[in-house]
Amino acid sequence: MTQAATVDARPVRRVSRITPVSIFLWGLRIAALAVILYGSFLSISSGRLSASQWRDLIVFGVSTGSVYALIALGYTMVYGVLRFINFAHGEVFMVGAMMAFYVANGLSTTSLWANNPIVSLLIVLLAAMITSTTVAVVVERIAYRPLRGAPRLIPLITSIGASFTIQYLVRGLVGPSTKAFPRMEPLRGTFELGGFVILRSQVVVIVAALTMMLLLYLFVEKTRTGKSMRAVSEDAETAALMGIDVDRTIVKVFAVGGAMAGVAGALWGLVFPSLNFFSGFLPGIKAFTSAVLGGIGNIVGAMLGGVSLGIFESVGPSLVLAGYEIPAFSQLKDVVAYSALVLVLIFRPTGILGERLAQERG
Amino acid sequence: MARVVETPTAPEVELRPTPPIEMRRAVRLGLSGGAAAVLVAATGMVATFQPRMVIDPIVPLGVLFLYLVVFGFGWMAAQPPATLEGFAAPVIGLRNVVVGALTGLLSGLGLGLLLVLMTVFDLRGVFIELSPELVEILGFGYPVGAAVVLTAVVAAAVGALGGAVHLLPVRLRHSLMPALIWVIFFSLLTDLFGQLFTGLSLDFMVDLLYTSRGGALTIVGAVIVFVVFFVVYWFLGGREKGLRETVQSMPKDQRMRWQVGLAAVVLVVLYFIPQLMGPFVSQILVTAGIYLLMALGLNIVVGYAGLLDLGYVAFFAVGAYAGAILTSPQSPALSPELALVAALPFVMIAAAFAGIVVATPVIRMRGDYLAIVTLGFGEIARILLNSEWLAPYFGGAQGITNIPDLQIGPFSFSTPQDYFYPVFLFVLLAAYITLAVQKSRWGRAWMAMREDESVAEAMGVNIVTAKLSAFVVGAILASFGGALFGSQIGSVFPHSFDIVVSITILVIIIVGGMGSVPGVTLGALVLIVLPNLLREFSEYQFLFYGVLLIAMMLKRPEGFIPSKRRAQELHSEELAQDAWLEIYGEKGQPETVPEGAA
Repeated sequence: MTQAATVDARPVRRVSRITPVSIFLWGLRIAALAVILYGSFLSISSGRLSASQWRDLIVFGVSTGSVYALIALGYTMVYGVLRFINFAHGEVFMVGAMMAFYVANGLSTTSLWANNPIVSLLIVLLAAMITSTTVAVVVERIAYRPLRGAPRLIPLITSIGASFTIQYLVRGLVGPSTKAFPRMEPLRGTFELGGFVILRSQVVVIVAALTMMLLLYLFVEKTRTGKSMRAVSEDAETAALMGIDVDRTIVKVFAVGGAMAGVAGALWGLVFPSLNFFSGFLPGIKAFTSAVLGGIGNIVGAMLGGVSLGIFESVGPSLVLAGYEIPAFSQLKDVVAYSALVLVLIFRPTGILGERLAQERG
Repeated sequence: MARVVETPTAPEVELRPTPPIEMRRAVRLGLSGGAAAVLVAATGMVATFQPRMVIDPIVPLGVLFLYLVVFGFGWMAAQPPATLEGFAAPVIGLRNVVVGALTGLLSGLGLGLLLVLMTVFDLRGVFIELSPELVEILGFGYPVGAAVVLTAVVAAAVGALGGAVHLLPVRLRHSLMPALIWVIFFSLLTDLFGQLFTGLSLDFMVDLLYTSRGGALTIVGAVIVFVVFFVVYWFLGGREKGLRETVQSMPKDQRMRWQVGLAAVVLVVLYFIPQLMGPFVSQILVTAGIYLLMALGLNIVVGYAGLLDLGYVAFFAVGAYAGAILTSPQSPALSPELALVAALPFVMIAAAFAGIVVATPVIRMRGDYLAIVTLGFGEIARILLNSEWLAPYFGGAQGITNIPDLQIGPFSFSTPQDYFYPVFLFVLLAAYITLAVQKSRWGRAWMAMREDESVAEAMGVNIVTAKLSAFVVGAILASFGGALFGSQIGSVFPHSFDIVVSITILVIIIVGGMGSVPGVTLGALVLIVLPNLLREFSEYQFLFYGVLLIAMMLKRPEGFIPSKRRAQELHSEELAQDAWLEIYGEKGQPETVPEGAA
C-alpha cells in the first residue's frame, strides 16, 4: 500500500523494487505489530485489569486526547498554510496554561469560584485564549514572517529557538517551581453515562474541547475568513492572485491556532493539575503526533488523531507493556507516546485522513 | 520601475535620493525595545547581574546590560537604509541621532511603566523577580516620579548615542566599538585573563587591572584595556584582508611553510594552555572540547548532509554508556573492565550500529519529519536509560559510576588539565575528518543530497548509503565525545543526555556557521566557555541560546564564519531577490520568487 502511494507521489520510482531498506522497514513493521499484539494478548489473558478499569483508561484517554486534539489544530492549520512544523506551538499552549493557572489561582479565593464555577471557568478560558493568541501572533510576526520563502529547515530551526526562548522567558518571569492548579469543588464527583463512569472534570474537558472544535470547524467551513484560510492552504499563489491578503490570513491562522492552544492549556489544568515552564514540550510533541496521525493539514483529522493518540497512550502501557511484566511500566508511558510518533511518521506519514505530504518535496 | 532594469548599471542615470529613515519604524523598534528592556528586568537579569561590577565602582553589570539593550535598539533604528542601485548613498546626520533618541525614549517609557506598576501593585505573587531591589536599581534609588523621568531621559540619551554611532567615521567606529567590547570582555572574563596573567607570571598586571574583590576592572584598568585595544584596532584594523591576500599570492611552497609555521605556533601555545589556565578554566575548556567534538559530528550530519538531527544526544549517550559499561567495574550487567583505549573500537561499533538503527527508518523521510523522528529517538533513548526496566543493564537513574581514568601506555589522565590533551587530539581528528571528507566523493555526495535529493539521486548518488554514512560518521564522533565525557567525569547518568544538549550543539553549529570548521570551533568556544565563565549568565544560558537561534536565522543564517560554499549559495539567492525586487517592487507577492533553495 505504501509502495503504491509512493508511486503516485514520485513517478520516477520503479514499482516493485525490493531494496534492503524496504525489507528492513517491513521487518520493523511486522516486529512492531507482533510486539503490540502479543503484549496485548498476554495482558488481556492475564486478566490483570477489570473491564471497568479498561473503561476508565479509555475515558481518561479520550479526555487527554481531546486536549491533544485542540493543540494539534494549531500544528495542522499552520502546516496547512506554511508547510512547516511550528515547534513553538507547545509553548503557546504552556503559556495559556500558565495564564489559566494564575487567573484560577486568583479566582479561587473569591466566592465566584465556589458559587459559579461555569462563569469562573469561562473567565479562565478567555484569559488563557487571549494570552496564547497574543503569544502565537507575536511569534509569527517576529520569528516566522521575515522567513517566508526561505528553505524549509530555516523556519523549523527558528521555531526551535522560539520554543526555547518562550520556555526560559516564562521560567525567568514566574520562576522554575511547579504550580498546582486549584481544585474546583463542583468538578470532583463523577457522572455516569451508559456504563462509563466519568469524572466531572473529564466531562467538562471533553464537552469544552468538542464545542471548540465544532466552532472552529464551522468557522473554517462557513465564514469568509475560513474560506480564505482554506484557499491559502490549498494554493497560496493563486489565493494571492484572487485578492486574498496572504500575510493577514496567515496571522489569523496563527491567532486561531493560538486560541485553541489557550483553551487546551486551561483544560489541561483540570486534568493534570501540575504545571511548570517545561510542561508544554511533551503535550506539544504528542499533539504534533496527533496531527500527523490524523493527516497533517486536515482539521477533522487532527481531532480524530488526538483522540486516538490519547486512548492509545492511556491504554497502551497497561495493555502492551504490562503484558511483558515490565517493572514500573508507567515510567515508560512517554516511550509509548514517542514510539507512536516514530512509528506513525515512518509507516503512516499520510495519517488517517491526510494526503501524502511526508515524502513530498517542497 | 521597469526602466531601471533596462539600464541597471548605466552611470548616466541620475541617482535618486534614498528616502530618510521612517519614523514609524523608529516607533515600532522603540516599543519593541521597551518590551525587551522590561523582559530583561522582569526575568531577573538586571537584579542578578547588578552585584557584578564591570568597572568598579562606577559601572555595575545589571544596569549596563539593560542599557546595552536600549543602545542596541537605538543603533538598529538609526541604521541607514541600504543603498539600492540607482539611489544615492543615504544622508547620515542629525536625523539618525533623533531617531535613536526617540527609540531610546520609548524603551525608557516602557521601563518607566514597569516602575510605576511595580510601586502601585504588588506583582511578586506572579512575577517573582519584581523585587523592591529591582525598583531601587531601575529608579537609580530615586522616588517613583523622579525615577520615571530619569529613566526616560537616560534611555533617550543612550538611544541617541546608539544612533550617533552611525555618524562616526568608519575607522573611528571600527576601533571604538571593539575596544569597548574588549573592556567588557576583560572585566567579565576575570577568571580567564587573571589566570592567564598569573600563569605568565605577570601578577602585577592582575593588580593593575583588577580590583581585589569581585574581580571587576578598576577604572585605571578599564582605561588601559580601552586604550590598548583602541590603538591596536586603529592601526591594524582593516589590514587582515591585505594579509590574507599576501599569503594567498605567495608561491605554493612558501605558503605551505607559512601555514606549517603557524600551525606549529598554535600547537605550542595549546600545549601550554592547561598549565597556564589552571584546573578551573581547563575543566571548562575540556567541556567545550567535548561539545566541539560533537558539534563537528553534527556538522557533518546537518551542515554537509542537510539532515536535521534533533536527537543527536542519543549518540553521545551511546558513547558514554558503551564506554562506561566496558570500562567500569561498577557496570551492573556486563563488566569486562577494559581500558578505555581498548574499549574505543567497541564504542565505535556500538555508535555505528546506533547510527544505522536511527538512519534506516528515516531514509525516505522529508527533512522536517526527520527532525521530529530523531528527536523522538533521542527522548526514547533517555527514558529507557532512566527506566527501572533496563536498570539491570544501565543502572537506571543511578547511572554507572566508578569509570576509571583514561590510561594510554605509561600516561595516566586524571585532572582536567590532563584531559585537555586527549580531548584536543580527538577534536583535531574530527576536524581533520571534516576537512578531508569535504572534497571527497562522500562529501560531494552529501552536499549534492543536501541541495536536492532527487537531482542527486538522478546523478548517481546512492541516497541510502549517503544518508547512512552521514549518520554513522556523526554518531561515531559523538560517541567519542561521550566516552571521553564519561571517563573524565567518572560516571554517567541518564539526565546528562537531555534534549537541551542536542539543541545546544545545534546552536553551536548554527551560530558558528554550518559546514565550516573554524565557525563551529568559534561557536563552541563562545557558547560553552562564556556561560561557564560567567556564572551570573549561566541561569539565562538557554534563554540566550533561544534568542540567538532566532536572531541568527533572521539576520545571518550562514553563521558568523560561514563556509565559502554556503555563503555563495545564500548570496546568490540574495542577488536573485534583489533583481526580483527591482522588477516587481516591494509590494509584490513573494510567491513568485525564483526559489533556488526551497
